[in-house]
Amino acid sequence: MPQAGRARPGSHGPEAVADRVTWVGALDPDLRTFDIILKTANGTTYNSYAVRGSEGVAIIDTVKQEFTVDFLAKVEAVAGYDEITTLVLNHLEPDHTGAVPEFLRRAPHVEICVSPRGLQVLKALLKDRFDDYKVTVVRTGDTVSLGDRTLRFLTTPYVHWPDTQCTYLEEQNLLFTCDLLGCHYCDGRLFNDKVGDFRFSFDYYFDHIMRPFKRYVGEALDLIEPLNIDMIAPGHGPVLRAHPRDYITQYRRLITKRLASETGDLKTLLIFYVSAYGATAQMAEAITEGAAESDDVRVSLFDIQGGDVTPFIDLIEEADGLVLGTPTINGDAVRVIWDMLSSLVDIETKGKLGAAFGSYGWTGEAVNMVEGRMQGLKMRVPEKGLRIKMHPTTDELEECRDFGRRLAAHLAGRPMEREIDMSALLGG
Amino acid sequence: MATAKLTFADVALTVNVPSGTRIIEISEKIGSGITYGCREGECGTCITRIVEGMENLSQPSALEERVLKDNMAGHDDRLACQCQVLGGTVKVRPG
Ligand SMILES: Cc1cc2nc3c(=O)[nH]c(=O)nc-3n(C[C@H](O)[C@H](O)[C@H](O)COP(=O)(O)O)c2cc1C
Ligand code: FES
Repeated sequence: MPQAGRARPGSHGPEAVADRVTWVGALDPDLRTFDIILKTANGTTYNSYAVRGSEGVAIIDTVKQEFTVDFLAKVEAVAGYDEITTLVLNHLEPDHTGAVPEFLRRAPHVEICVSPRGLQVLKALLKDRFDDYKVTVVRTGDTVSLGDRTLRFLTTPYVHWPDTQCTYLEEQNLLFTCDLLGCHYCDGRLFNDKVGDFRFSFDYYFDHIMRPFKRYVGEALDLIEPLNIDMIAPGHGPVLRAHPRDYITQYRRLITKRLASETGDLKTLLIFYVSAYGATAQMAEAITEGAAESDDVRVSLFDIQGGDVTPFIDLIEEADGLVLGTPTINGDAVRVIWDMLSSLVDIETKGKLGAAFGSYGWTGEAVNMVEGRMQGLKMRVPEKGLRIKMHPTTDELEECRDFGRRLAAHLAGRPMEREIDMSALLGG
Repeated sequence: MATAKLTFADVALTVNVPSGTRIIEISEKIGSGITYGCREGECGTCITRIVEGMENLSQPSALEERVLKDNMAGHDDRLACQCQVLGGTVKVRPG
C-alpha cells in the first residue's frame, strides 16, 4: 500500500484553502504514469475539499482508493460524519471516487449530488448498494444550501468524461472544477503561488486529457467565464488562487483555432500518402489537382514515407478533411499510415471528412482498412475509397481528379446529391 | 413492399429502404458521421438530428425516451440505433 507519500514541502494534514473551505485530499508524489497515457514526473494530488456552512458540511470529490484511510482521517479532523450533509461528485473516474464506498459506509445519510450522466456511472460504482443511498441529479443552475453557503452546479459534459460537472461556491466566488483546469503536479504547498513553475504540466495535461474534447471545453468555458472567480480548486494539482483567470485564458488560447484566421472561409484538405513504386504517388497528385480546382478549398499534399507523424497532428486538428493514400503491402496499410491514424486519438476528429485511396497488386485491402479506422474515429467518409490496380492509366488519373473534385465539393458544402437503393449496399 | 427514402444530409446520399429499416443499418454502410457505442439504446452515442420526417419514424420506446432525456437531447433528436423508418421521406444528420 502506498503511504501518504514521500516527504514534500508543506503540510500533509487538512489545510484551509479559504474561509471554511478545507483541502482534505491526498498527495501521491511517487506516481509516474497516470491513466496509462500520461507521464507524471512530479506525481499528482487527488484534491478533495470540505465546505462548512451554518447548516451542514459538503465534501467535494474524494480520492483514489489506496488513499482512503488518509482521506477519511483528514475528513474526520474537520467534521463529524453526522455534520456532513452532502457529497458532491464532479466526476466519477476512480481516482476521485475510490474512497466513495467507504465514505458512504460511514456517512450513509448524505445526499450525493451528481450530473445526469454521472448517475449511470455511480450505479456502476455502487452496484447493489446504490439503492441504499440518497442520490440527487443536478443540472446547471441547481443549488444545494448549506445554510449560509450555497453550492451551484454547472453541467460541463466531456471535460473529459460524459459525467463531468463544476461546482461553484457562490458566497466565496470559488469554483471546484475536478479535472478541468487541473494538472498532475504534486507539491504539499498546495497553492499556485507557492509551488514551483508547473505550467508545463498544466499544458501537458490539457494536451492529453482535454484536447480531444476542445468543443466541450469551449462550452464549459462559456459557462465559467461570466462567473466572478476568486479561486479555482481543481481535482489535481495546485489550487489556483493567484490570478485564477489567467488559467481560464490559457485554456481559451489552447482551444482557439490558429489557422482559421488565415484561411477565412476556405476549407482545408490535407492529403498524405506513402508510395513504394510511385503508383499511389501519381494518384495523390491527380487527386490534389482535382481538389485544387475548387476556389473555396485549400489543398496540401504530403509524402510521409518514413516520416515522423507528430508534426502533422496540429495541422490535421484544424483541417476540415483528411485523405490518406497507401498501397497494400502484405495485406495491410503501411505502418506510417497506422501511426498517423493512431495519433489522432489526441484530437477531435468527429465530423471531419475522411477518404482513402491507394494502388494495389492483387488484393488491395489497405483502403478499406483505413476507411474503417476513419469511421471508428467518427469521421464521415462520404466517398468510397479509390483503389487502382498497379500504376494508373490516363483514364484512371482522370478518375482520381474526379475523386478530388468530389471531395472538395463535399467540403465546400455542395456535394452532388446521390440516390441509391439499399440493395446496392448489401454485400458491399 | 412499402419503401421509404432515407437521406443522410452530411454525406448527401439518399437510400431507398424497405419500411422498418433502422437508421443504423444504413448509416454504418455509407460512411455517414453518425457514430455508435452500445448499439442497444443505452449509451446515447448515436443521437441523430431528424431534419425532416420525424412523423415517419417509429415511436421511441421508454428506454429511448429516458436515454434522450438523460443526454439532454432536443425535440428533433432520436437514437439512430433504435428508430425505424416506416415510410415517406426522412432526412437525418449526425447529432
Ligand atoms: C483517459 C480515459 C478515457 C476513457 N475513455 C473511455 C471511452 O471513450 N469510452 C468508455 O466506455 N470508457 C472510457 N474510459 C473508461 C474506462 O474504460 C474504464 O475506467 C475502465 O473500467 C478501465 O478499465 P481498466 O481498469 O482495465 O483500465 C476512459 C478512461 C480513461 C482513463
Ligand atoms: S449506440 Fe448507444 S444508444 Fe445508440
